[in-house]
Amino acid sequence: MLASVDWHVVWERLFHPDEIFLRALLTTVYIAVAAQVLGVVLGLAAALMRMSRIAPLRWLSGFYVLIFRGTPLLVQIFFVYYGVNLLFGFALIPTTVNFGLFTMDGAVFAGILALGLNEGAYMREIIRAGIDAIDKGQMEAARSLGMRQGLAMRRIVLPQAARVIVPPLGNEFNAMIKNTSLVFTIGVYEMFSDAEIHYSQTFQPVEFFGAVAIWYLVLTSVWTVIQAAIERKLAASERADELTLWERMVEAWTPVQAWARGAR
Amino acid sequence: MDASAGMGARGALVPEAASQAADVVVRAIDVHKRFGRLEVLKGIDLEVARGAVVCIIGPSGSGKSTFLRCVNHLEKIDAGRIEVNGHLIGYRERNGKLVEDSEKSIARQRAEIGIVFQRFNLFPHKTALENIIEAPVHVRGVPRKEALVGAEALLDRVGLADKRDVYPGKLSGGQQQRVAIARALAMNPTLMLFDEATSALDPEMIGEVLDVMKVLAREGMTMIVVTHEMGFAREAADRIAMMDDGRIVEMGRPEEFFADPKEERSRQFLSKILA
Repeated sequence: MLASVDWHVVWERLFHPDEIFLRALLTTVYIAVAAQVLGVVLGLAAALMRMSRIAPLRWLSGFYVLIFRGTPLLVQIFFVYYGVNLLFGFALIPTTVNFGLFTMDGAVFAGILALGLNEGAYMREIIRAGIDAIDKGQMEAARSLGMRQGLAMRRIVLPQAARVIVPPLGNEFNAMIKNTSLVFTIGVYEMFSDAEIHYSQTFQPVEFFGAVAIWYLVLTSVWTVIQAAIERKLAASERADELTLWERMVEAWTPVQAWARGAR
Repeated sequence: MDASAGMGARGALVPEAASQAADVVVRAIDVHKRFGRLEVLKGIDLEVARGAVVCIIGPSGSGKSTFLRCVNHLEKIDAGRIEVNGHLIGYRERNGKLVEDSEKSIARQRAEIGIVFQRFNLFPHKTALENIIEAPVHVRGVPRKEALVGAEALLDRVGLADKRDVYPGKLSGGQQQRVAIARALAMNPTLMLFDEATSALDPEMIGEVLDVMKVLAREGMTMIVVTHEMGFAREAADRIAMMDDGRIVEMGRPEEFFADPKEERSRQFLSKILA
């Protein structure tokens, strides 16, 4: 059975990727990062709105989560890409989006928008839970020192909440990397599109889908390492005597440097 | 709100009140506070002169901490009024009625009033020094370098100069509370509130915090201290306010109060706590 697999193709896809694939990989990473950033911003805004004293803001936040958590991501992607322009009667999402410094393909833009909007709904709950986890005394102490709500949130509560938020945020980004493959359906040329096109030309599903699966695995694994480093860094301030990753590296190199100087 | 009725009557006393204003830091008039259906403050009247130390004692649930938290508007009040340095706290008068003040001016008022909490509430993501300079730098806009000089002097005063770069998690309870006192003092408050500042401490650490508070009192800081430490109250207080069931039942100089309490309720409380 396995003999029918063209291992050379898999090898080539993994170790000698062509330029078109590398650009597709970059698109995947780019969409994932942009959509996650958008999701965090929207989630933070929605979380703060949910805690607002102004009732309509709380309702809007609830409505947002209801819609984007309650409907399929694929439907949202199609709706944003095909539906939004028709709904509003003008090109809210043009064929090419001009950001001044750079331009972006309309489908990529729609994909980022849909993935980010969806992500924001999940991030709202994560961020809210992070803020709730911080002792109420922190806000009281900050306000008793004359800080206003916004300043206290920014300087005192959110930095502490970040530590609680990062682990689930990491899981969200892991899911995001994989979910970017859905934008293949609106014609974005990313990693999965690349695999799909090769498959349709060669009918070698095992080779091409297998290889792209490994590429996704590489991306998510790299992220896992980065996430661990971020968590260590955030935890460092609480465990004051423990060294940060940077300090550890400096420490590790110091004897080597001393030895090198002595040898010379 | 029945505060407005009382205010009219006091309006006639304005000249006298104005002449006293310089000497009185806190003036609480008929303060009422309700949590749902439970009335926790049933009309508190209290005046604290500049430089005076008032210790509020009394059984748990008598409203001591709630009253203290009303003084810097961490709790809203339902009736009455509280003035600090002649300024109404937390409220503005509009057409003879009291309406809650803007967030901005409440924040400005709070910056003038230091409070020390039972559970310290230091910022765990900041070092001792960073805790102290946080408000001067970000609320008052003091240049960081200048704030650091002041903060180091304050840490020295509370005996923790060597802990400047240590995070709260690495400090003992007593050390944390001393940093918290330094943090409050960094804003140059005209009034310090202590909300059972030693109640969460191990017995051997209570003394070091009380010592700092005694020094403050001697230096002339105006203080309201909610405490169960009768030794401290006897030694440092100018006046004792005995609270029970939302009221101040007795007020007096410590030597008289502890030797010969006038009220039956005070006698019962003292006999229990000093036994």
